[in-house]
Amino acid sequence: MAIVTMREALNQAIREEMQRDENVFLMGEEVGAYQGAYKVTKGLLEELGPKRVIDSPITELGFAGLGVGAAMVGLRPIIEFMTFNFSILATDQIINSAAKMLYMSGGQFNIPIVFRGPGGSAFQVSSQHSQALESWFAYFPGLKVVMPSTPADAKGLLKSSVRDNDPVIFIEQERMYGSKGEVSDDPELTIPLGVADIKREGKDVTIVARSLMVPVALKAADLLEKDGVSCEVIDPRTIRPLDIKTIIESVKKTNRVVVAEESHPFCGVAAEIASEIMERAFDYLDAPVKRLSGADVPMPYAKNLEDAAIPNVDQLVAAVKEVAYIE
Amino acid sequence: MRKRTPEPTRVGAEDTSATGLMDQDSAEDADARLDPAEAEALKAAQKSRFAELDRATLQSIYRQMLLARRFEEKSAEAYSTGKIGGFCHLYIGQEAVAIGAISAIGKDDYVLTSYREHAHAIAKGMSPDSVMAELYGKAGGCSHGKGGSMHMFDKEVNFLGGHAIVGGQIPLATGVAFATKYKETDQVTLCFFGEAAVNQGAFHESLNMAQLWKLPCIYICENNQYGMGTSLERAMSLQDISQKACAYEIASEFVDGMDVLAVREATLRAVERARKNYLPTLLEVRTYRFMGHSMSDPGNYRTRAEIERHQERDPLKLYSASLKEEGVLSDSELQKIDDEVRAQVEQAVRFAEESPQPAPEELFTDIYADPIQANE
Repeated sequence: MAIVTMREALNQAIREEMQRDENVFLMGEEVGAYQGAYKVTKGLLEELGPKRVIDSPITELGFAGLGVGAAMVGLRPIIEFMTFNFSILATDQIINSAAKMLYMSGGQFNIPIVFRGPGGSAFQVSSQHSQALESWFAYFPGLKVVMPSTPADAKGLLKSSVRDNDPVIFIEQERMYGSKGEVSDDPELTIPLGVADIKREGKDVTIVARSLMVPVALKAADLLEKDGVSCEVIDPRTIRPLDIKTIIESVKKTNRVVVAEESHPFCGVAAEIASEIMERAFDYLDAPVKRLSGADVPMPYAKNLEDAAIPNVDQLVAAVKEVAYIE
Repeated sequence: MRKRTPEPTRVGAEDTSATGLMDQDSAEDADARLDPAEAEALKAAQKSRFAELDRATLQSIYRQMLLARRFEEKSAEAYSTGKIGGFCHLYIGQEAVAIGAISAIGKDDYVLTSYREHAHAIAKGMSPDSVMAELYGKAGGCSHGKGGSMHMFDKEVNFLGGHAIVGGQIPLATGVAFATKYKETDQVTLCFFGEAAVNQGAFHESLNMAQLWKLPCIYICENNQYGMGTSLERAMSLQDISQKACAYEIASEFVDGMDVLAVREATLRAVERARKNYLPTLLEVRTYRFMGHSMSDPGNYRTRAEIERHQERDPLKLYSASLKEEGVLSDSELQKIDDEVRAQVEQAVRFAEESPQPAPEELFTDIYADPIQANE
C-alpha cells in the first residue's frame, strides 16, 4: 500500500495490464512523447516502446474506429481521448460499431476495448471542454460505463476494464487527477465492474453520488452528522450495468434518498436512478427522491458562474435536509 | 455538351455528365454508346489477361460471379413477396469488383465492406445458405437473424461485415490491418466502400493513418457513380478518386470495374505491396449499379438509356464472351455452370425457408460477452 494520486493509480493500472498482456496497446493524442496531456501515461512510451504506445494524429473518429477494428481480431486497445469532449467526434465508431458488433454479428465479434480519458468539469475551460457525457454512453446496450472516485477504485476498475471482453467507457474526472488515496501495489488486485461501493454507512438518508460528487457527498455527510443526520453514501462506480440492488437495499433502510451528479439533469443518470427507485422501492420512501444536478446550461467560463453551475456541499446539505424534512 | 473523361489511360471511364433528375428515357441516344473501337480495345485487354491463369481459376471466377448474380436475382424475388424485409441493397452489375478482388487474396486475409455485401460474403467463402437465411431473418443465418442484409459476418472465413453507416468500415479495416502488422503476420485486409464514402471524414482519417503507420490495407472504392440518388458530379468536387490518394502519398490505381480480371490483377499488385512492405493502396474501381440503390428506389435520377448503355458492358456477359472466344468454356459448359448455380441458390432458399425463426430469448443474448447481472 502506498499513498498515490488518481493520476498515478491510473498509470499503474495501464502499465501493469500492458506488462501482463502484450495484446494491450495504448493509442491517443499525446500519450507517448508528450507523456500525456494530463500525465496519466507518463513513462509508458519509454518502458513499453513505440509499437505499443502510439501517438495518434488528432483524428478521433479514425483512431477510435481503428481501435474497434483491432479489437475485432484479437487486440485489446486502450484508446485515450484527451478529454471525453473530443469523443463526440468518435461516437459513430463507439455507438454504431463497438456497442453493436457482438449483437449484429450474432455473437461472433466481441469488442474488448477501453475508451478512457477525463470528463466532466475542469477549471474554467468553458462550454466545449466541460461536459459530463456518461448518460449518453450509458444509454446504449452493449457499452459498459465506469466512473471511479478514488485512486484505489480507479486502479482496480481500470484493470478490470482492460480485462473485460466488452467495450468500456472509462470516464476519469479532470479535477480529481491530483486527489490522493491508498492504492495496493498487488498487480492482481482488481475491482469487479457492476459493483457499487458504500463509501460511508449511515441510517437516515442515502446519497447516491459518483465521480466528483463522492467527495462532495462525504463532506456533506460530515457536516450533517453534526446536525444529527446520518448519511449513507453510495458510489455506483459503474453506471452501466448499474448496481441498483445496493442502492435499493440502502433506500429500504433509510427511506430517503438524494442523487447527486455534476451532469445536466435532463435525461440524466440521476433521473434513471430516481426512476428505478420509484419502480422498485416506492413503498419504502418517506419523501420524494431528490436530484441534485449540474445547472442545465452550457458551462460558462467566468469563475463565479462556473462555481454556480456545479453542485456543491451546501446545496447537497440542503437537499438532504429537504428529504429529511429538516428546516 | 458532353464532356469526355480527360484521362486517356483510364479505361472504362464512361460519360457520366448527367446531373439532376431525369424524367424520361429519351435523353440518351446512340452517340452515348461506347465507341466500338474502345469496346474492342477493352475486350482485347480482358482476353490478354487470360494467359496468366489456369482453366480452373478462370472457371471458378465465372462461377462466383454467376452465383452472386443468381443469388441476388432470387433475393429480389423474395423481397418482393415479403420474405425478406428491411433494406436490401443489390449488387447486380458490380460483381466483377468483389469477385475479382477477393479472388486475389487467401482464406486468412480479411474483408470488410458496406451494406451492399451479399456478393462479397459469398466470394469470401460464406455459404449461400447462411447468407440467404440471414436475409430471411432466420436462426440459421450467419448472424442468427440479428443482422439482416446489411450485417453479414463470418468469423470462420474472416469476413468482418457488413457495415451500414457510410464509410464506417474504413477505420475498422484500418484497425484490422493495424492488428495484423502488430502481430507481424502477412495477412492483408480488403476494405470495400462506395464512392460516396470518399466524402466522409472516416475515409480521409483512415488513409492518413494507413500511410503514416504503413498498414497493409487495400482500400477498394467501388465507384458506381451514384451515392443513393445523387450522382458523383453533384456530390464531389474532385471526381478523380484515385487522385485523392496523392494527398496521403498512397499508391493508387484506376481500374475498369467491368473487367473482373483487371480488378483481380490490380488487387494482386496491391496485395504484394501490402504483404511485402506493409503498404496500403487505394484502388478506384469504376463500375455501375444496374438496380436501384435499394429495393425501394424510385429510379428517377437516371435514365433507362443510361442504364442500358452500361449494361452493354455487363461484367458477366463480357467475361463469358471472353471465356468462349478463348476456348475456356463452351456454351454447354457455361449452361451447365448456370444450372448448377441455380440449383445452389434454390438450395439456399430452401435452407432459409426451413430454418426456424430465432428463439424469442435470443432478443437478449449477444449484448455483452461478459454479462454482469448487477441490474437483476
